[in-house]
Amino acid sequence: MVILGTALLAVCYLVGLMVGEGLAAAIGVKANVGGVGIAMLLLIAALHFLQQRGIYAPEMRKGVTFWAAMYIPVVVAVAATQNVIIAVRSGPIALISAVSSVLLCFLVIAVINRVIEKAHIANAAFDVANTGDEP
Amino acid sequence: MSTLDVVHLIDKAIIDAPLVTAFAFVGCVVLVSNFLGKHLTGGRVAGSAIAVLAGLALAWVGGAITGKSKGLSDLAEFSGLALMGGAMMRDFTIVATASEVNVEEAKKAGWLGFIALVLGTVLPFVAGVSIAYAFGVRDPIALTTIGAGAITYIVGPITGAAIGASSEIIALSIATGVVKAIIVMVFTPVFARFMRLNNPQAAMVFGGLAGTVSGVSAGLAATDRRLVPYGSLVATFHTGFGCLLGPSVLYLAVKALFS
Repeated sequence: MVILGTALLAVCYLVGLMVGEGLAAAIGVKANVGGVGIAMLLLIAALHFLQQRGIYAPEMRKGVTFWAAMYIPVVVAVAATQNVIIAVRSGPIALISAVSSVLLCFLVIAVINRVIEKAHIANAAFDVANTGDEP
Repeated sequence: MSTLDVVHLIDKAIIDAPLVTAFAFVGCVVLVSNFLGKHLTGGRVAGSAIAVLAGLALAWVGGAITGKSKGLSDLAEFSGLALMGGAMMRDFTIVATASEVNVEEAKKAGWLGFIALVLGTVLPFVAGVSIAYAFGVRDPIALTTIGAGAITYIVGPITGAAIGASSEIIALSIATGVVKAIIVMVFTPVFARFMRLNNPQAAMVFGGLAGTVSGVSAGLAATDRRLVPYGSLVATFHTGFGCLLGPSVLYLAVKALFS
């Protein structure tokens, strides 16, 4: 049943956020600590468990993959609800510190990814050029 | 029935069903964006990248009309966008993308993700503090709050509130974080080749370093849909990690340096 997949997803989400809140309280932080990441790990583990026992029915899979596919539309909605006005009007400090921190990070990402490519830690698991998705 | 009645009827249906309206509206935006990507740019720019840009442009329009802070969703007709694009749906769909994670690929880069996470917290903070300092800010609380805003727009205000920053400084730090998220959204596909963003491990490094969940997830979605879960998996730890370090280690370091 489709709802079983969605329910599993929902339970992982809720448990992950609870653990994240618990972690935050334990170390005295006012924000959820990795709740979504923990939820993702739980879902990966749960699906692995179901697959190994051969009880991950195709119908149930639909209840998970539908929401994964809704991801990009949701991101468009996220973009449409950003406070773009404040971002545009905020003056030089916000703009320059944001630009410089992004540039710095992009540069370090480029360095690290070149290093791990050379060290064969990363293998270009999928050929991006073939998807027709790449700009 | 007069034209006015028909308009009123449509308006009522739209306002009564905000989330459904949002689905239909976003569907139209994605449809038009895919069409433009395919025919206007010859497939060079991904439809999803155009859709995210269109979303930002619409957010600007909404903000300009209403003068409020939630983009297009502050218009009653588009209020459903706030639910569809809110933290709950965003995180729910991000968790769902974990169903596409290849465990072996993710395992290979776990430690890399952690290193990226540490660098992704410290480097933006240092950049933010330096720029604020260059603009004449000397108060350690203000410096820390602006630096924390350069991590993410959630770390900024939480850090600021924890160490007692003024609301003006907190607003500035939120603005810094929002600008950062938008820059990451827009420029990730542009710099994807430069960053070698074409495999799961690279996406995890990117997620840790670029931080900001909205920026990372939208940027990766516009680059290659299959990279999204790997980047998000790491990026979702970013805000919590920043909120942990911001008011503690980072604040103490700034205080020791500048006072």
